[in-house]
Amino acid sequence: MNTYKITAADNTFTAEVEKRSGQDLNACYQCGNCTAGCPFSFAYDIQVSNIMRLVQIGQRDKVLQCHSIWLCASCQSCTTRCPNNIDVAGVMDHIRHMAREAGLATERKVKVFVDSFLDSVERHGRVYEMGLMVSYMAKTGRVFTDVELAPKVLPKGKLPLKPHSIKGKEQIAAIFKRFREVKSK
Amino acid sequence: MSIRISYYPGCSGKGTSSEYETSTTGVCQALDVDLVEIPDWSCCGSTPAHTVNHVLSSALSARNLTLAEQEGFDTVTTPCPSCLSNLKIAEHKMRKESFREAVNELLDQPYGGGVDTKSVLQVLVENVGLDKVRERVKTPLEGLKVACYYGCIMNRPPEVMDFDDHEHPMAMDNLMEAIGAEVIPFPLKVECCGASFGIPQQNIVTTLSGKLLEVAKGLGVDALVTACPLCQMNLDLRQGQINAAQGTQHSLPIFYFTQLMAKAFDLSDAVQGMKRLIVNPQKALAKIGQADKEIA
Repeated sequence: MNTYKITAADNTFTAEVEKRSGQDLNACYQCGNCTAGCPFSFAYDIQVSNIMRLVQIGQRDKVLQCHSIWLCASCQSCTTRCPNNIDVAGVMDHIRHMAREAGLATERKVKVFVDSFLDSVERHGRVYEMGLMVSYMAKTGRVFTDVELAPKVLPKGKLPLKPHSIKGKEQIAAIFKRFREVKSK
Repeated sequence: MSIRISYYPGCSGKGTSSEYETSTTGVCQALDVDLVEIPDWSCCGSTPAHTVNHVLSSALSARNLTLAEQEGFDTVTTPCPSCLSNLKIAEHKMRKESFREAVNELLDQPYGGGVDTKSVLQVLVENVGLDKVRERVKTPLEGLKVACYYGCIMNRPPEVMDFDDHEHPMAMDNLMEAIGAEVIPFPLKVECCGASFGIPQQNIVTTLSGKLLEVAKGLGVDALVTACPLCQMNLDLRQGQINAAQGTQHSLPIFYFTQLMAKAFDLSDAVQGMKRLIVNPQKALAKIGQADKEIA
């Protein structure tokens, strides 16, 4: 079992996670149901129930710098199975938002994938799968990502080589623009 | 009695899951469900948007709900569970005034609320009904043994998704039985396939989807049946990567449930869609005397 060296509690961190997520974190009594059902536990550096505990005791740095928050797929197992009705996946999502806002991304490839996806939506109004792949490869330098799949998928005609831009794409770009303005206030 | 409903295809329907899209529209037409595509619909933001910010995510989804509302609809249907989840969560969260105001601040046209979203699966099971499906079958899929895989978010979290059982959903199982297939209970029907980590963290997908294939193989099924473009892609397109990573030799066809319905309904474009699957479904189709030389 992993143990963690605890630093002085930063109660503002606990309060911020509670406020953003709207969840009563004190309701977590460490039953471990979330971790037991989490399909991603094998890939996590800190298990989800341990993250819940670390948030309770104000361990800001440990939580915002862990890898698990980037590897959670929001599959909703934890939220669905929490006996105290805590939206655990929602808490993970909010912690990820906080890490991002603090300029932290311990899983850079995951962050680049997310950013490339949203860039594509901002530009075309819909996600353009081929463009997303190219953008991801360019930004990560991982030019051989899934390259072995190309001969399988391309002849099937499932990956259009041109984006489907929509007429209202400026409306979508405006959503992103306003979002950044609100965030920078 | 025909059903007229607003339709949100989702981005992958126009690309990597085009066979889901064609079989969905074909099956709905055959069952008198009139799908009215939302004019100039845009991306719901999928998983990436909500991992960045919930207001942004809901704004991307709500634009589409507003467009549906303007067309006079109070219900939207979509084949994709990720779109479904985002559209439903936007509507759910926007019932709270402060959240709704924050989202509407990002939009050209504010969303008033009150538009429900249902999966195509839910519409077929609840609004059309299994009796009508049974009546429409031309070639029952007798002899085909399948397991149904729902993925993680079709039914979860239950208070938002409000459909079927969240641990043991049966909608697809019942549909497949209605078209004559033999359905074997699948214990991992709501486990996650690894979702969108295929590109940035391939080992997550090969591990989780590998487990699904291994269990399916143990059940002796001819195919897995899915309702999600991402699950289907991980299990089908990435099956070779899974085999390489896990040292397995799976060759299990992964159908969309609508493809098998199209097959049972004898819809002419059903074969066309089968050609787009990566794992060759010939052997499975041969079980129902439906093997097609045309399928590469």
